[in-house]
Amino acid sequence: MERPEAEPLGASHSCQTGEAEPGTGPAEEEPGGAAAGTMMEDCLSKKIEITVSEAEKRTGRNAMNMQETYTAYLIETRAVESQTEGQCSPPDSLWRRYSEFELLRNYLLVNYPHIVVPPLPEKRAEFVWHKLSADNMDPDFVERRRIGLENFLIRVASHPIICQDKIFYSFLTQEGGWKEMVNETGFQLKADSRLKALNATFRVKNPDKRFTELKHYSDELQSVISHLLRVRARVADRLYGVYKVHGNYGRVFSEWSAIEKEMGDGLQSAGHHMDVYAGSIDDILEEEEHYADQLKEYLFYAEALRAVCRKHELMQYDLEIAAQDLASKKQQCEELATGTLRTFSLKGMTSKLFGQETPEQREGKIKVLEEQIHEGEEQLKSKNVESREFVKSAWTDIERFKEQKNHDLKEALISYAVMQISMCKKGIQVWTNAKECFSKM
Amino acid sequence: MLNQYKFEDEPELRDLFITVDDPESHITAIETFITYRVVTKTSRGEFDSSEYEVRRRYQDFLWLKSRLEEAHPTLIIPPLPEKFIMKGMVERFSDEFIETRRKALHKFLNRIAEHPTLTFNEDFKIFLTAQAWELSSHKKQGPGLFSRMGQTVRAVASSVRGGGVKNRPDMFTDINDYMETFNQKINLLDKISQRIYKEERGYYCEMKEYGPIHTLWCASEEDLVDSLKGVASCIDKCCKATENRMAGLSENLLPVLHEYILYSEVLTGVLKRRDQIQAELDSKVDALSNKKAEKDLPTEEIGNLEDKVECANNALKADWDRWKQNMQHDMKTAFLSVAENNIHYYEQCLATWESFLTCQTVDLHLGEDSEEKP
Repeated sequence: MERPEAEPLGASHSCQTGEAEPGTGPAEEEPGGAAAGTMMEDCLSKKIEITVSEAEKRTGRNAMNMQETYTAYLIETRAVESQTEGQCSPPDSLWRRYSEFELLRNYLLVNYPHIVVPPLPEKRAEFVWHKLSADNMDPDFVERRRIGLENFLIRVASHPIICQDKIFYSFLTQEGGWKEMVNETGFQLKADSRLKALNATFRVKNPDKRFTELKHYSDELQSVISHLLRVRARVADRLYGVYKVHGNYGRVFSEWSAIEKEMGDGLQSAGHHMDVYAGSIDDILEEEEHYADQLKEYLFYAEALRAVCRKHELMQYDLEIAAQDLASKKQQCEELATGTLRTFSLKGMTSKLFGQETPEQREGKIKVLEEQIHEGEEQLKSKNVESREFVKSAWTDIERFKEQKNHDLKEALISYAVMQISMCKKGIQVWTNAKECFSKM
Repeated sequence: MLNQYKFEDEPELRDLFITVDDPESHITAIETFITYRVVTKTSRGEFDSSEYEVRRRYQDFLWLKSRLEEAHPTLIIPPLPEKFIMKGMVERFSDEFIETRRKALHKFLNRIAEHPTLTFNEDFKIFLTAQAWELSSHKKQGPGLFSRMGQTVRAVASSVRGGGVKNRPDMFTDINDYMETFNQKINLLDKISQRIYKEERGYYCEMKEYGPIHTLWCASEEDLVDSLKGVASCIDKCCKATENRMAGLSENLLPVLHEYILYSEVLTGVLKRRDQIQAELDSKVDALSNKKAEKDLPTEEIGNLEDKVECANNALKADWDRWKQNMQHDMKTAFLSVAENNIHYYEQCLATWESFLTCQTVDLHLGEDSEEKP
């Protein structure tokens, strides 16, 4: 459902529904309008298998020549065909650190503003329950980040549009000089300033309702997932406590069994099962962390959605300003031509006070304005087209995103249930064993 | 012998049934106190009636216990709940406190009823049957507070003098050593169990908040409503299951552990009293060996004391064996019920999540979407 456009005031040209093309990336022109299904065939993820297989601690010197420790991740790529033939050719690989992933993502954000760009795993550990380390160097955190980075690359490679990007491809294949290559594209200059975007958000008069709704949706998504993750962390904390305290039974049963003749064996063996029970929570909660990571991805996706909305607001605001500008110029022209003063203007007043201009001067001004108006109309036309194209392609990607989200979150919830079931089965096993030991007391 | 019943004796042999319930508050000008209803049902001939209902306050229980200790110094008299609990914020008259005390008092009387000797004690009978005024007047007849204090002083003095009894049979030293370790371990188990209860409660509170968030989320996700509602409902059910788990702990394990903590004081007292009886004999024997002239006179006295010591020792030995058997049974029952409770908890949770999963997989197979995973 197309919403009516912001018609520039007094405009006489008609809107044309231009040929919609998906937003073209700077690297390659793509034939537009193809169905999403066909696009999937071309996805990089179908041709290349991507893994982030290792993480390594490194020390180096940073920009200020100070020593720093960081983690480097090994990206391996392998052509899919080579697998099916039964050969296992060694993968191509290179090392990247988190900041390079960030650079890649920022590049994609700037160059594909109509795409909901997949988020990176969190920079710092958040929503941590107390036994889990918030330290970036902690091996469990590094491991989960490795998985998150792999997931990010696969998501990009599976996206029909951004997987075609050359810079992305080089990120996967070209170790040296990649950073320079990215910076040379000058994408940082293309980026909209935050201030400009904020201004647009406040001042835009007629944004597409769908984007306004989307913004609300993303705010709600962020809020509810944050809340969920916070409480989940607290639940994990308590669960950890319940399990671990049972471990103390093991020790005391063992000590007690030393002074008991008949009860001794039963106590001792029951104690062993208490230790097993207490130890089982570590794996259970580690698995749950992966579930939390799945939710976190969508928490960060909310920000990506908002970025698309902001771009729309910016473009729409731009359009509105241009239309306003054009309208005021037209009015000026009209006033000069007819000699009537419709609105108050300083020039008008001064000319009234200090005498009118010569007809030649007036003619000159009118000519200049007419040129500007013509230019303005052309610009407005193209801005309209741009804006419509943006809305169309953004909305296509948003629909794609929605389906992905529904699928993923449903799967996540199912996997949560599976985890709970596994935990219950383990619990039944342990306590059944313990019960048998107690019965022998 | 595998015993499902709480009481050691076969149910058909029991002829005395006691319940303690219905706490009531009494307010006078001087004090406020609680009385409990004690109902006795019996088929014994010594009892005039087959059913009695009296009201007793904590003081009365204290009186009964001290009478039993006097009459049977080397029998293991069951412990009473504490007079006042300092820990935490449990006030003297909080409902929780009263209920815990009521259960402990119930246990106390029933243990006495099950005891082969104590069950026939006259003061016990009076406690169960006498009306309030009858009991007061009977109480006044017994040895006064001061004589009891005197006994305690002598007992302390005799145990201090010489630092323990020299002729104490090994068996009783063994019991003493056992009780030291036992007491230590039971105290630890009590602490651990209390901590587990606390953590379970904390878990319950967090889960109570956790479930509804999923329902809240439904509001912004049309397509996920079923899944989210399903998860919310599962979490709520697990919450209830946790409540049951906690209740099991507080009903079956905590009171048992607590009672056995109190038992250690009882055992210490019993061993001391036995030592004291032995000390009386020993001191007379010592005195005799010093005064060689008057050998004949105290022989009868010595003989009596020797009998007394032998009786005391035998009584204690028998009662100790009985106590150990009971303890084993009680601990086994308590921990078994904890294990069963936990199994039941996990089974409940398992059923909940499995049924959710079944629903979800059914939905997926009904051709939800043929999306390929990104």
